[in-house]
Amino acid sequence: MRRRRRSRRSGVGWVLLAAAAIAAAWVVWRPSIRTEAVSRGVPFEAELVQRGAELAAIGNCNACHTREGGPAYAGGRPIATPFGTVFSTNITPDAETGIGGWTPAAFTRAMREGVSRDGRHLYPAFPYDHMTRMRQPDIDAVYAFIMTRQPVVATPPDNDLTFPFNLRGLIAFWKLLFLERAAAPANAQQNAEWNRGAYLVEGLGHCGACHTPRNALGAEKRDRAYAGGETEGWVAPALNAESPAAVPWDAERLYRYLRHGFDDRHGLAAGPMAPVVRNLASVPDGDVRAISVYVAAMAGQPNAARSQAASQALARASGANAAPRGTTSTVAASLYAGACAQCHGESGRAPSNPALHLALSSSLRLPVPDNAVRIVRDGVHSPDLGGEPLMPGFANALSDAQLAALLAHLRTAFTEQPAWGDINQSIRRVREHDASALRARQKASQP
Amino acid sequence: MTEFRLNGQSKRVESEPDTPLLYVLRDELQLNGAKYGCGLGQCGACTVLLDGKPVFSCVVPVSVIENREVSTIEGLGTAAQPGPLQRAFIEEQAAQCGYCIPGMMMRAQALLATTRDPTAEQIRRQLQPNLCRCGTQNRIVKAVQRAARYMKGGAA
Amino acid sequence: MSALFKTPVSRRAVLRGGSALIVSFSLAPALLAQERLPGALQNTPQLDAWLRIAADGSITVFTGKCELGQGIKTALVQVAAEQLCVEPKAVNLVTADTAQTPAEGYTAGSLSMQDSGTAIMHACAQARGILLARGAERHVLPVSLLKAENGAIVAPDGKRIGYGELVADTTLKVRAQLQSPLIPPAEHKIVGQSLPRVDIPAKVMGQPAYVHDLRLPGMVHGRVVRPLGYGATLVLVDTSVVEKLPGVRKVVRDGNFLAVTADREFRAIKAMETLAAAARWDERDTLPDQANLYAWLKQQAGRTIPIRDEKSATSAPAVKQLEAEYLRPYQMHASIGPSCGVALYKDDLLTVWSHAQGMFPLRQAISQLLKLPPEKVRCIHMEGAGCYGHNGADDAAVDAAYLAFSDPGTPVRVQWMRHQEHQWEPYGSAMAMGVRGSLDASGRIVEWDYAVWTDTHSTRPGGAGSTLVGQHIATPFTPPPANPGAQPAGAGDRNIVPLYRVPNMRLLYHFRPHQTLRVSALRGLGAYANVFAIESFMDELAAAAGADPVEFRLRHMEEARAVAVIQRTAAAFGWQADARLPKGRGRGFAFSRYKNLGAYCAVAVELDVEHETGRVRLRRAVSACDSGQTVNPDGIRNQIEGGIIQAASWTLNEQVNFDKRRIASRDWSRYPILRFADMFDSIQVEVIDRPGAPFLGTGEASQGPTGAAIANAIAQATGKRLRELPLNPARVKAAIGV
Repeated sequence: MRRRRRSRRSGVGWVLLAAAAIAAAWVVWRPSIRTEAVSRGVPFEAELVQRGAELAAIGNCNACHTREGGPAYAGGRPIATPFGTVFSTNITPDAETGIGGWTPAAFTRAMREGVSRDGRHLYPAFPYDHMTRMRQPDIDAVYAFIMTRQPVVATPPDNDLTFPFNLRGLIAFWKLLFLERAAAPANAQQNAEWNRGAYLVEGLGHCGACHTPRNALGAEKRDRAYAGGETEGWVAPALNAESPAAVPWDAERLYRYLRHGFDDRHGLAAGPMAPVVRNLASVPDGDVRAISVYVAAMAGQPNAARSQAASQALARASGANAAPRGTTSTVAASLYAGACAQCHGESGRAPSNPALHLALSSSLRLPVPDNAVRIVRDGVHSPDLGGEPLMPGFANALSDAQLAALLAHLRTAFTEQPAWGDINQSIRRVREHDASALRARQKASQP
Repeated sequence: MTEFRLNGQSKRVESEPDTPLLYVLRDELQLNGAKYGCGLGQCGACTVLLDGKPVFSCVVPVSVIENREVSTIEGLGTAAQPGPLQRAFIEEQAAQCGYCIPGMMMRAQALLATTRDPTAEQIRRQLQPNLCRCGTQNRIVKAVQRAARYMKGGAA
Repeated sequence: MSALFKTPVSRRAVLRGGSALIVSFSLAPALLAQERLPGALQNTPQLDAWLRIAADGSITVFTGKCELGQGIKTALVQVAAEQLCVEPKAVNLVTADTAQTPAEGYTAGSLSMQDSGTAIMHACAQARGILLARGAERHVLPVSLLKAENGAIVAPDGKRIGYGELVADTTLKVRAQLQSPLIPPAEHKIVGQSLPRVDIPAKVMGQPAYVHDLRLPGMVHGRVVRPLGYGATLVLVDTSVVEKLPGVRKVVRDGNFLAVTADREFRAIKAMETLAAAARWDERDTLPDQANLYAWLKQQAGRTIPIRDEKSATSAPAVKQLEAEYLRPYQMHASIGPSCGVALYKDDLLTVWSHAQGMFPLRQAISQLLKLPPEKVRCIHMEGAGCYGHNGADDAAVDAAYLAFSDPGTPVRVQWMRHQEHQWEPYGSAMAMGVRGSLDASGRIVEWDYAVWTDTHSTRPGGAGSTLVGQHIATPFTPPPANPGAQPAGAGDRNIVPLYRVPNMRLLYHFRPHQTLRVSALRGLGAYANVFAIESFMDELAAAAGADPVEFRLRHMEEARAVAVIQRTAAAFGWQADARLPKGRGRGFAFSRYKNLGAYCAVAVELDVEHETGRVRLRRAVSACDSGQTVNPDGIRNQIEGGIIQAASWTLNEQVNFDKRRIASRDWSRYPILRFADMFDSIQVEVIDRPGAPFLGTGEASQGPTGAAIANAIAQATGKRLRELPLNPARVKAAIGV
């Protein structure tokens, strides 16, 4: 009996297991799509390629799919995730190592479902959770653009992920939980510009990939959309009502920022935002404006308190009340006077080369000082192709203690926010992140 | 009043604490090597070493160098006994007006302290923050490589 | 530095004493009025103006030219030492100083070797001749048995009489002869050698090397607050806050001129910033719409100067015609060291130390500004950062002079801030070049129709009216009328004449002296853009003729020395017609003879164009240069290399940006120049020596050909012709498309 029962039970178990296996296979398995030699350049109309170029720029594709100093779109760039490092793939039309053999169907499936041509699931470091919202003609245009690039023979290093995240099959279950295959939001109440912006921002532009916080499994928290995230060791500030900006963004200011990389009430596109702006430089004005309109609408109208704080910050920045609000130490204040005031100014001194007035700095108003640590330590470069130094880095000049003291002073002197907690911890975090990013880059550059 | 070490010697200076190191070196200590180029950390003419690492002395307030070691071109050698970099720059004739050269040499010195045999590419990357308007960059790279050979004890 | 205060014996006083000799020489039959003395001897014919030999045998040579980092001191020492038969280190060289040296105008136009080098060569050779004659008397031997050697006249038995023993006060107080006993080039021991530059050791040791390093006892630091834009006027300034700042000595206001002096440099800077914050300016729109610059330029009033109009009745009929327009924006000198001047007004004498290119014209401007007789102003050249023409140096010197004059007894040092140099230096003028050319059936150019539109390219010598102080004070000086220059050297029309043989040629110079932006001489003046246009168009014609660009040039070139530099460059580069190159790679070639009077130079360039970004990656440049008699081959190489890199930066990157009121290019981030990452992997320079031939100068020879060679290489790499400078990534990318 017992044996029978057991065997029956085990039979049920086997059936269940088999069912689970079939279900799992159904979830996990994707067919390979045959390759097809795409003869470069010939089948695509110039107009389609041009549109694809503009869309690929909005998608910021080259930023991830190009390694530092490497050929465009040939991949190999390390993408740090909490689960380890993913190396971007070669999406040039090289038949062997790139996607030269991919048919439009294979490309579309990758964009919509995050599945490679050979049926393997792609890690969501590739933001197909956004790309899936793209309309088919746009996918076709991006395909045409990518397929007309210079093919490059390049194979990225193997990913460096911790168990169990190194098991690709599990991605299928991640998708079951988090990949929502729906069109971008449309709202008949809003005008065409807003709707265009929504389509670009929620889809191809994948702004949420950085600006939305992620859960323990690395998926965007939908209920906290655009509440601020993290990327490449930088804080991606909130774009919604929680935006740290001293002066709330509006569509016009956002447009200036996205078009030129700088807005004099908010500052400069730095860190991972620099390539975004660099790419947007080749995007038609209408799309940049649409993105600005949609993003500005996220935050809504500022309330009275916010508006009042903004006008105070503006008044300080215009010199009407330029004096620091206070300081944490006279040493830090003199440090500011010698290292920073030559550009950022101080009471009574009009800097010859006016940089952003720090009362308007978002980095100083974030909950953690990581971005400010990076800016002071590494400096700021112009976000255009030339990457000219705008502000020098102080890494070699300031000890950690001096850096921490200066940041504490800046927070107190230029914002009404509470003092930062442990600045030293932030400095350590930034340093550790960079050390591991450096190791990943070194791995990528090894032949 | 700030105390620090300059090219191995103790110094005590009176300049106000917010005074950038550049003006302390040039104005109070009457050294010539570090040059004012932009005051913005964009050109590197003022480059000196602080604890062995290159800094733009035009934006480093003297208050932060308390008890630290500053190295300038004056510490690399003398006319009677030029250092390897100085010899190499003279032998390669790696200057036209020469205004940017001390900053170049100090930043190169920091590289040579850690890299015995730098490639041209490494030198270019190291010197990227420093501008030269006369167009001596190719000579500068050669001079740094020559200095590396001297530092290893090799002949030219 | 105390030596700088020594008042040297006035050369004029000395000359007065020797007037009898001069008279007798000037009556010599050889000196016919129409015959010219060599180089700058023509203007300053007395030998002792150029060299003096003391009783102890020490030799001092004088030049009115300045060391600008181009190595002129070294080359002049070589020339003098060669002719005087002494070691280079035996020659002490004094450069431009209104109290000591000949007046040689500006150190500009690649003329230092032609003017000063030639004069010193002949003066020293003639001095050697005089010394030999004196030596013959003392040795009681014929001159033919004696030789000059190491500072002595030596007899066959080895008996030596030092130069110092042979000269009396009046020995060299003679007028130069037309003929000089020059050392034959084949016997040169010093000229033609790469003598290490005499100025480099101090620069790499941190010794005082620049006017910036001049520290006089009791010196104070001045800083000027300039208007916000060209058209701004000072409405109001409360100086009381500034006057109370620590170390502040004086606040000076005169009309729109506002300045402060302080005991320490950084205090002066802080005071300047506080003063700037206290100043209220009234700004006006004075600048053109930059987006529409060239159309606007052509609409300006001016005059058209015909340069050439040649027609041939016998030329073959044209079968193909091409037309193109090339554009060059305002570009800056962009010296790495902002300009500096030091001045002291003491005992009725105003002494000014400056790195400007002309001490005598500077003295004239200062004496006019301050209403001092010229003899009460002494201007002494000291080195500065490379200037490449008329940058802020003159103005910084005048700033210092003005402040020192208002504070007698106190030396004042003024250094400009970075943003001041960027905003206020006089730029190289914008230019538009239109050209139409026709080919005959055999692929030869039969017509060439060319016109250039541009503002003036030199506002000097302009006296007080050309200086910022002179323009900004309450009772301003009027700038002199803009000067179009004159052929054959030209200004905006410099190098407008192609050296190629074309039977029908019409050249027009549309001079448009609007002077809306502050402009003056920038290295090469109009030559850079004219050669850019001519040599780009030569490639366009070559393509239309189906010819290799080098062969096409040679097809139209008859001047042997030009042919030689073209061929030498092509050979050293490994130029091949129809070379197979990887995708995105291009090669370009260009040639010019600077000013059509100076050095011959060709440049070949190889580069890659990054398709996705339009960024240009410079791989290698090869150049051959014929500067006549070579004095210092490495000096020539250094100048040509530097010219290539600087011109590459102009060509790929540079453009002064402005709005209606202000200059926007106020720092390096907004006026980027090439950095190390953008450099050529290699540059090779071949020096073609022409022993015994006149010096031709070198400093500006490679600029024009480099710009065109890069444009031609980009055209080959991309299949697209870019004609508007700079050829920046945005323009290249726009041309090549997706």
